[in-house]
Amino acid sequence: MSPIAINATYIVAAALFIFGLKYMSSPATAVRGNRLSAIGMFIAVVVTLFSQEIVQFQWIAVGVVLGSIIGAFAAQKVAMTSMPEMVALFNGSGGLSSLLLGWAALYGGDPSTFIVVTILLSILIGGVTFSGSIMAWGKLSEVMTSAAIVFGAQRIVNAAILIALVVCSVLFAMDPSLTSPYLVAVIVLSLVFGVMAVLPIGGADMPVVISLLNSYSGLAACAAGFAIHNNILIVAGSLVGAAGIILTNIMCKAMNRSLANVLFSGFGAAKTATKVEGEVKPIVSEDAYLILESASSVTFVPGYGMAVAQAQHVVRELGELLEANGAEVTYAIHPVAGRMPGHMNVLLAEANVPYDQLVEMEDINPRMSNVDVAVVIGANDVVNPAAREDENSPIYGMPIINVDEARTVFVLKRSMSSGFSGVDNPLFFGENTRMLFGDAKQSISALVAEFKG
Amino acid sequence: MEAVLLGLVLMLSIFLGFELISKVPATLHTPLMSGANAISGITMVGALAAAGTDVHGLATVLGVAAVTFATINVVGGYMVTNRMLSMFKKKDQPQAGGQR
Repeated sequence: MSPIAINATYIVAAALFIFGLKYMSSPATAVRGNRLSAIGMFIAVVVTLFSQEIVQFQWIAVGVVLGSIIGAFAAQKVAMTSMPEMVALFNGSGGLSSLLLGWAALYGGDPSTFIVVTILLSILIGGVTFSGSIMAWGKLSEVMTSAAIVFGAQRIVNAAILIALVVCSVLFAMDPSLTSPYLVAVIVLSLVFGVMAVLPIGGADMPVVISLLNSYSGLAACAAGFAIHNNILIVAGSLVGAAGIILTNIMCKAMNRSLANVLFSGFGAAKTATKVEGEVKPIVSEDAYLILESASSVTFVPGYGMAVAQAQHVVRELGELLEANGAEVTYAIHPVAGRMPGHMNVLLAEANVPYDQLVEMEDINPRMSNVDVAVVIGANDVVNPAAREDENSPIYGMPIINVDEARTVFVLKRSMSSGFSGVDNPLFFGENTRMLFGDAKQSISALVAEFKG
Repeated sequence: MEAVLLGLVLMLSIFLGFELISKVPATLHTPLMSGANAISGITMVGALAAAGTDVHGLATVLGVAAVTFATINVVGGYMVTNRMLSMFKKKDQPQAGGQR
């Protein structure tokens, strides 16, 4: 096929990607959107195989078959609770592919300086995406500590790596020989930089990191597109880049922090919240049942703890029992609840909670005072009133779900310890708060048993 | 001149991306992310060319590795997105898992 015919077909693929993303605007059409996008990808791949440049197919077949098996296996096996880790790994895979592609593109004859620069960008962004994603995976799966790792000269070390990276890139661009030691240096330094960049970011800030890495993987594809003069890579890459940047922005806003603050601060070190003193009022499931039984509106507020306890199915069961009992049931979801954007929504959808019962923070807060019982399941920071009231709190200014305005609040908690970011939560001492101690899944199961009982 | 045209494509796609993605509801942010991720596997197209041309041994090795990783990204990304999206259901679709 002629290059013109191939490029014309790429336009069709690009249109399918665009329609695919457009259909993502509603859960009702999103499945179709994803399918259109996949068809676009299939068309783009198949038409590329007809290109005259491609003369040998056996190795391509090996790569495609191997990649398909690994990808399909991972996609089928992964549990919904581990979705953030899976997305991080897929992201890393895309980044590595851009790095390798950029490197391979250097062999395409005598490249101009512009091409060399775009190749370097592709290697650099791809490398950072790859090693950063692997780090994010390590933190999310708790293979390594999920806490922020901060050391004294960190900023100086990172600045030194960045400067070395720029210097090596410039030196390579001036003399782009394939055996240049600077090429190796750029690859190694970009990998090191990805590790160093994610190191000082704690587990609770992972939604931002994953979004940002997602954006990087798109930008890397974009840079590779410039390097090999391919429109479809530029179009698709920048769509992904835009998606990642928008999500990053939403996540940062939901935490009332700047991107720079998330990336560089090593959260939790700076300020200490005013210690709240008070008495917690525990409640047993029998009494909690009596309150729920007479409630006419109940809101569940899930957090990462629900994912850890795998409690989403029993929560749905309790929700259905409450509805059968005549209560209005909603699920209020904070944008940064969980470890990636929309994490809680996917878990609840998996448990068969209809998506029209999932409400966003802005929608639930104005009517919180009409809610009889708010049930907080494994969430802490996103319902912490200190974010509103205590100027010394590290999370001061972060928008929260105002569960303390509900008539009664149940907080499900394993035991009395402070949450992920180590801030004390005055909600626990609230006049209308009752603590239901124990494993979230067991506590909810006990309530379900009471209802059936 | 070609660089300028590619730059124009870049600029327009970024604006288009912002318009499209800001309309995606928060409920779908995880599938959006994994779906976008699958699209970023478009590097596969470039990798195919690198793996299939007969220029240099190492270039072929790099290309094949790039094809493999991009395919993981594409196949895994679309499949997992499909798995997630098919779980999202509206209320009272004849009480599928329904109330007892």
